[in-house]
Amino acid sequence: MALFKSDIDFMSQRKRRITSTISGIMLLIAVLTLIFNRFEFGLDFTSGTLIEVGYPDSINPELVRQQLVDAGYEQAVVVAFGSDRDLLVRLPVDADEDDLEAASAASSLGNEVLGVLQQVSDVPVEMRRSEYVGPKVGAELAEKGALALLVALGIVMLYVAVRFQYKFAVAAVMALAHDVVVVLGIISLLHLTFDLTVLAALLAVIGYSLNDTIVVFDRARENFRTMRTTDPEVILNTTLNQVISRTFVTSLTTLLALFAMLFMGGEAIRGFAMSLIVGVSVGTYTSLHISCNFLMYLKIQKEDLAVPIKEGEEIDSMP
Amino acid sequence: MLNKFPLWKNILVATIVLLGLIYASPNLFPDDPAIQISHENIEVTEIDVGMATDALRAAGIDFFGDELTDVGGLIRFNSLDDQLRGKSVIEQNLGSGYIVALNLAPTTPGFLQAMGAGKMNLGLDLQGGVHFLMEVDMETALRRRMENTLSTIRQELRNERIRARSITLEEINLIELAFDDEESRNQARSIVRDNFVDLQIQARERAGRYLLALSMTPENVLQLERDTIAANQTSILNRVDSLGVAEPVVQQQGPNRIVVELPGVQDTAQAKRILQRIATLQFHLEAGPGASPGTYETYEYQGQQIRVNNDVILQGDRISNVRSALDQYGQPQVVINLDAQGGSQFNRITRENIGNLMDILLIETRTRTVLEPDENGEMVERQETYEERRLISHAVIRAALGREFVITGLSAREANDLSLLIRSGALAAPMYFIEERTVGPSLGAENIAQGSQAVLLGYILVLSFMLYYYRLFGLAANIALVINVILLVSIMSIISATLTLPGIFGIVLTIGMAVDANVLIFTRIREEIVSGLSPQNAISSGFDRAFSTIVDANLTTFLVAMVLFTVGTGPVKGFAVTLMVGIVTSMFSAIMVTRAIVNLMYGGRKVQSLSIGPFIKA
Repeated sequence: MALFKSDIDFMSQRKRRITSTISGIMLLIAVLTLIFNRFEFGLDFTSGTLIEVGYPDSINPELVRQQLVDAGYEQAVVVAFGSDRDLLVRLPVDADEDDLEAASAASSLGNEVLGVLQQVSDVPVEMRRSEYVGPKVGAELAEKGALALLVALGIVMLYVAVRFQYKFAVAAVMALAHDVVVVLGIISLLHLTFDLTVLAALLAVIGYSLNDTIVVFDRARENFRTMRTTDPEVILNTTLNQVISRTFVTSLTTLLALFAMLFMGGEAIRGFAMSLIVGVSVGTYTSLHISCNFLMYLKIQKEDLAVPIKEGEEIDSMP
Repeated sequence: MLNKFPLWKNILVATIVLLGLIYASPNLFPDDPAIQISHENIEVTEIDVGMATDALRAAGIDFFGDELTDVGGLIRFNSLDDQLRGKSVIEQNLGSGYIVALNLAPTTPGFLQAMGAGKMNLGLDLQGGVHFLMEVDMETALRRRMENTLSTIRQELRNERIRARSITLEEINLIELAFDDEESRNQARSIVRDNFVDLQIQARERAGRYLLALSMTPENVLQLERDTIAANQTSILNRVDSLGVAEPVVQQQGPNRIVVELPGVQDTAQAKRILQRIATLQFHLEAGPGASPGTYETYEYQGQQIRVNNDVILQGDRISNVRSALDQYGQPQVVINLDAQGGSQFNRITRENIGNLMDILLIETRTRTVLEPDENGEMVERQETYEERRLISHAVIRAALGREFVITGLSAREANDLSLLIRSGALAAPMYFIEERTVGPSLGAENIAQGSQAVLLGYILVLSFMLYYYRLFGLAANIALVINVILLVSIMSIISATLTLPGIFGIVLTIGMAVDANVLIFTRIREEIVSGLSPQNAISSGFDRAFSTIVDANLTTFLVAMVLFTVGTGPVKGFAVTLMVGIVTSMFSAIMVTRAIVNLMYGGRKVQSLSIGPFIKA
């Protein structure tokens, strides 16, 4: 096994057109699927009740649903979960956001449903977990989640702008936004349940993808200062060829760990592991093929990185 | 000398690794299932523990290591099953007042405990239990405070003989006083200004009436909310104690919410019943025989009908402490302490009412299930809340009372009950459940098993790959990676962080990402070799040049993890914590530990070539 042959062309006009087109298509598909497919939001965001019950032998979800309908819970959704012995029962909550009393009363639904199931079943029914999220909590969480993503991007932009240069900051954030949108699109395409763990995975993707991009930019900065040529295309191409092997190795080890999670972690962590696997893959592609394209669009040049006399010099007019 | 750490650096690395090992080690000692015996009011003694162990022997349940600790009696068991059976046996034998709680007793050797080494806490998703999020009804708290203010103002004006046409609570935070003449209004204004510093006063005129509009300032509303949540938290803690949970968590979240976590509790319905016994206290005077109808309500107390005046003379939120005790003659009594404002208010009112009767009302908000026909005429169940008001104390005011007063003339049992009732009623506002998560014990055990398997498999895969790809250098990175996780666990243990399932996956992710720093360094070393540097120089320059990249890349990731930590709740927070700690430990182990090992391998010797994996022909 040798190091990657490192004279790949990343940065020629033709190559950049190809990679940008690929990204454009990915973004378009992502946006379309987000519009038409939406997300399957998890309980954390939708509010309602969810109960995971375990039966000693395999059990037909339809049968259990009928039991619940007969008991007066017409809106119950019952699906198999992980194995054919475990079921998930979901019930919506219909309380107004500001009606604390109704929200509080609805919290005992899980216990009621479990009681019904244990009563009508002639085998023991085990409560594995039961969750209730009130309407107010779900709505707040969605707001907080979106805010977290934006704040994370903002902080990153600030840090990179201070440590590098504003063009790098803009390029890094654009690359990250690109990653987030594509990963969201894939989550929507795969019908993964969008819950709190997936949100955490998204933020972890931002962290990971940023890590990759920073490594590229760090090397680019060094090369802009040390290489004799002034052609950004050549400099960036050299940079990418220098970091490609590191990027592949790190992505590989991270993916190894993630696949271990996917295969061993059970049902509860599937969405999290899947989102991260997608995110790491997309992030790797982005850091190699897209982040430097953004730098070229922003017309990065040697002068931008002349060793600064003082941090925070006048920013030259935007291109 | 290239690639030789000075002695102090080697010692530093070795010391940190050793400390990591010591502080991570308690996690290797599994806890014993145990039972903790305490009492609501008195110290538990050897005698109590002896009674419990006798009962266990009689029932034929194996136990060991019974001792008296600073938190009460502690008895250990060999299995969870024995522990559960033991609990019911002890409860039957010790009688009321004793709290018998399931607990996990550490088996960490004494010298480790003496060093302050402890375990990571296991989150609910790993050990089973219930998590509640409760919201305090601040509107009600504010309305009650304003009602309280209103009745005090009415009393003050009456004392000063100022006639008000009407005194009404117009809105939740607006009291309106109406007067027939400007003179009365101005007198009233100065009284309010002197006695109620927390009110804003506005004078208005409408339809020939002279009005005063009173409302609490925003700062004071905030202060009220802070006091209310503190009172609620205290009372939840008291109630949770009576549930007999070993290590409950009661934490404020945001301005008006409280998180309650009860490890090991399965019966959520019972827990909710106890937590939801939301109660408030009000002190009233007894209505005289000539009181006009509508100014009092009638309550039953020990078989008599008592008329209680509607004006509240003191709210329960003014109570700072309650306990049942014995007076100097050995008679039981209940001692109540008030805060400063409550004390002076109470003093003034009781001074004027010596010889009269004072009543304490306990107002509990409960929920009940009612059957009623729906639109199709079928009977359906619906939960509704209602207020249950009950008279819990009816006593003569013997003297002017101040910040500490006692209620006497009770039996020991009555005193005990009354102090508990008052304590639970010293709550300012009702609370509602807005989120609830229960994890069964079997799922918790499964989560631990799956989590550890994932960590193990991830480890094996990453270690094998590094060894194959980087040979001897890979071995150095692997040793650093093992040390990394030991350090991570030790830091989590030192800060008593809670390990959750997402936290475990944070560790898996850390394993995958932690090698990144080493990969950066090794790639650099290879590059330097290719560009013609000698092996020793290549090692040195590879480490040095990769350093700034590693710092930049990790710092930004750390910032994102911090965002995750501030925004996330519960499980997500757990993930963020391991991510943050993991970034710190992996930077140390990748840079310092790997360097130390590489220096041991290659430093200070003539080196022809490096074992850093196959090379590309330059």
